[in-house]
Amino acid sequence: MGVIRRHGSFVLRVNPILCDGFGHCAELAPDLVHLDEWGYPIISPEPLPMADLGAYESARYAERGCPRQALHVARLHEPEGAQHPVSRSSRPSD
Amino acid sequence: MIEARALPRLFAGAGTRPSTLSEHEELFAPAPSTHGLLEELEASGLLGRGGAGFPTARKVQLIRAQRGHKYVVVNGMEGEPAAHKDNRLLSTNPHLVIDGAEMLAQMVGASRIAICVARDNPTVVNHVERAIHERERRNLRGPVIDLHTPPWRYVAGEESALVHWLDDNESLPQYRPKKPQVLRIGRGAALVDNAETCAHVALIGRYGAEWFRALGTEGHPGSTVVSVTGAVGRASVLEVNLGTSLRSILATAGADPDPQAVLLGGYGGAWLRGDLLDVAYCNEALAPHELSVGAGILAVLPRSACGIAEAHRVVRWMAHESARQCGPCAFGLPALADDLLQVLRGGSEGVAAVARLRDRCAVIEGRGACRHPDGVVRFVRSSLEVFREDVDAHLRGAVCAGARSSQRYLMVPALEHEEDLIWE
Repeated sequence: MGVIRRHGSFVLRVNPILCDGFGHCAELAPDLVHLDEWGYPIISPEPLPMADLGAYESARYAERGCPRQALHVARLHEPEGAQHPVSRSSRPSD
Repeated sequence: MIEARALPRLFAGAGTRPSTLSEHEELFAPAPSTHGLLEELEASGLLGRGGAGFPTARKVQLIRAQRGHKYVVVNGMEGEPAAHKDNRLLSTNPHLVIDGAEMLAQMVGASRIAICVARDNPTVVNHVERAIHERERRNLRGPVIDLHTPPWRYVAGEESALVHWLDDNESLPQYRPKKPQVLRIGRGAALVDNAETCAHVALIGRYGAEWFRALGTEGHPGSTVVSVTGAVGRASVLEVNLGTSLRSILATAGADPDPQAVLLGGYGGAWLRGDLLDVAYCNEALAPHELSVGAGILAVLPRSACGIAEAHRVVRWMAHESARQCGPCAFGLPALADDLLQVLRGGSEGVAAVARLRDRCAVIEGRGACRHPDGVVRFVRSSLEVFREDVDAHLRGAVCAGARSSQRYLMVPALEHEEDLIWE
């Protein structure tokens, strides 16, 4: 496994137009996704820290496992004044 | 020159037929150069009149900064069944709208203007066609102006659906994860502005920001066009000074002086209780009530009407108008309509339905590609809140005269068979 950069955050997003409610995401990432009564995923829009490797990995599983390719793990740049002010300047830019 | 504090501005010189190009130029003066107009537009504080109320100058700057060729899209789709303002504007002073579009095109560097009017309004289509033709004979340079006629659907006027139609002949909203996202036709960035917004730009271009600000309030300057429907003598379109009291606007329109509630912002909007009519009609004053001017719709509901019966009909129709692209909208909105029907029927089923409505609103909100489901959620929540007494009466099983009456105040078009819905 290569070097994992743990700074910054990520968010799992669904394209609701592509999503057909297969529900695989809720099985692959049960902590991040739950399904509504019609079988469509409800995902918190709150970014999660990259340091939470377990969550990141399951988000990636869900992304890869979606038969409609409707899921996307978006990596976010750190907002101003985030937890890693020192590493920000030394971090290679995305 | 139109007097700064005089009304009407946009409907100045309005007659029974659209003004011709020469009448238009005589009344408003020929369109000036756009030198320094962007600064002027910024100083004017013009907020878009299509519903979202976004500062027009900011939008112009965003598109202007894009590379490649660009489009200006004039949104005259008038998707709200209760709205008539863009149709009225394009049928009285079409050249004012087109002038504004040309000024916007010059500001962003667009080579083409697409004026969009729903094909279900053949009279308006005709007026705009004639106005474009009149200018073609005169104009030797400037952007190419095309008229486009997408099908009329509630969401067809949503900006991403409109651009989608121009790009690919489908009136379906697009997924836009980035905010703000630049909409594109092919590779060209599109500046989408409501027809009324364009007309204001045309006046700001001629008379300046200070003139524009002579009406309206600090945070919501200028005049605006409202469509008043419901319990009014006759549905009307009025140009009003932003910041005037809602009561006086309704009085001018000849509305019921003591209504139960007034719907603001259209079928994706919210209700204002009838005892709050002294509020000033502008976004600053409406914000504390969680309301906004939106696209200028005022639908008046009399005390005799049942708010829940009206809400049910509207939500049923809004569910029908879902583009059915996103699950939470395609399945959620019909579920909301079913719940409202249960509330109308009352009893223990109705009590459960009220609780379910609240839960489902929370689940649906924010989960569509466009804001259509969010609008319906806002409308449902507001209906439950404002018509609390109607809800209670139905749950108690009391006889509701309003629900039994055949009189309707919020008009909705007939529901079509699903397979008859046209999106292209």
